[in-house]
Amino acid sequence: MAGSGLQILTAYPALGPRGAQYSWYPFQNMAPPRWLTIGGWLAGGRHWHFAIAWFFIANGLIYFTYFFASGEWRRRLFRPGRDTGNAVRQFAYYIRIRKSPPPEDFYNGLQRLAYTGVLLLGMVMVLSGLAIYKPVQFHPLTLIFGGYDGARVVHLAVLCLLAIFVAVHLVLVSLHPRELLNMISGGKRG
Amino acid sequence: MAKLISRRGFIAAAAAASVITGCESRPVAQFLGAMQRWNEKAEDMMFSPARLAPELPPSATTPEDAFPAYFISDSMPIAPPAWTLKVGGLVKRPAVLTLAQLQTMARTEMRVQHHCVEGWSAVASWHGVRLREIARLAGVDRRVQFVEFRSFDSGYWSSWDLDSALHPQTLLAYGFNGGPLGAEHGAPLRVYSAVKLGYKNVKYLTEVNFLPNRTGGYWEDQGYEWFAGV
Repeated sequence: MAGSGLQILTAYPALGPRGAQYSWYPFQNMAPPRWLTIGGWLAGGRHWHFAIAWFFIANGLIYFTYFFASGEWRRRLFRPGRDTGNAVRQFAYYIRIRKSPPPEDFYNGLQRLAYTGVLLLGMVMVLSGLAIYKPVQFHPLTLIFGGYDGARVVHLAVLCLLAIFVAVHLVLVSLHPRELLNMISGGKRG
Repeated sequence: MAKLISRRGFIAAAAAASVITGCESRPVAQFLGAMQRWNEKAEDMMFSPARLAPELPPSATTPEDAFPAYFISDSMPIAPPAWTLKVGGLVKRPAVLTLAQLQTMARTEMRVQHHCVEGWSAVASWHGVRLREIARLAGVDRRVQFVEFRSFDSGYWSSWDLDSALHPQTLLAYGFNGGPLGAEHGAPLRVYSAVKLGYKNVKYLTEVNFLPNRTGGYWEDQGYEWFAGV
């Protein structure tokens, strides 16, 4: 999805409409590196993107069905009332303001925040993609993202956040290789 | 919705799929071709003939020098002196129309967002005749499911599903931003629709053909999506 998306971005590697490109975007008219792209040209990138998109959505639907049907959401979802204090204390421990980590059950508060956030990002990715794909048919959705050009910004921003999420976890798993199986399987059953 | 996809159209789509993925291995090309046909059905289902693109205020208009002008010829195509529009295919009353005749017909003007396949958008107002008005005058046969547009821009062409062609925001436009349509935007007459990507909107129009079977198009035959609705 990312590679074909970057291939599509290459055709107009800018944000903002014609004649009013956004001045805040630092990479205006700078195409992503070619080795990161899939599909060879714009039409090829679009075919890859719209083919794999169905599997991305199906994967999400299966995940969320299991997530809620199995009750897994109770120990994985960030619930502000339960987890905020723990997340703040965990953060304080990481930046060495606190000497000991707060108690943690399955996840600590900060982990719940990260793993709930990434699920939200996945949903925003799909919705902003639909808004770009059919800005007229799904116009109300497109408006939520600030219009067609706003949806492109959101779609690319979410890609960057997901890329950071993946990069951080690749670093973590290279430091703690034993966690690899837990990362893939989701950890022990409750 | 366009239900009738002829054998010929199917083969054309399969050929197009093989062009897109010329450098892919055979199973990958078949996978992408199958997903492309699936997506085309999905696009057709997502399209609502009654849904209108929002009309935008004059303040949203893109500066004219920032609205790209595309043509495939080496130099800007200029209309022949005796230019006419031929309306044909499966119609009861085939016609040859002059620009003056088109300009006496009911005029529609709309300012809508333009979506290019490349990812950019722009805004302009377009005025002209609704294509559904031309279809009504010509008397379209019940077997017609597709509409084909041809041009004098080195053979640039495209074909559409009938529902998108008869959408109230699909025009044969002879005007741009309140003035006459310039050569850079397809003078003397072009297709302009709020519900298709830019490349479906054929400029420098010469022919409109109402057809029972699906054909292709300049970009479509090279591998770009055929439906390409927005």
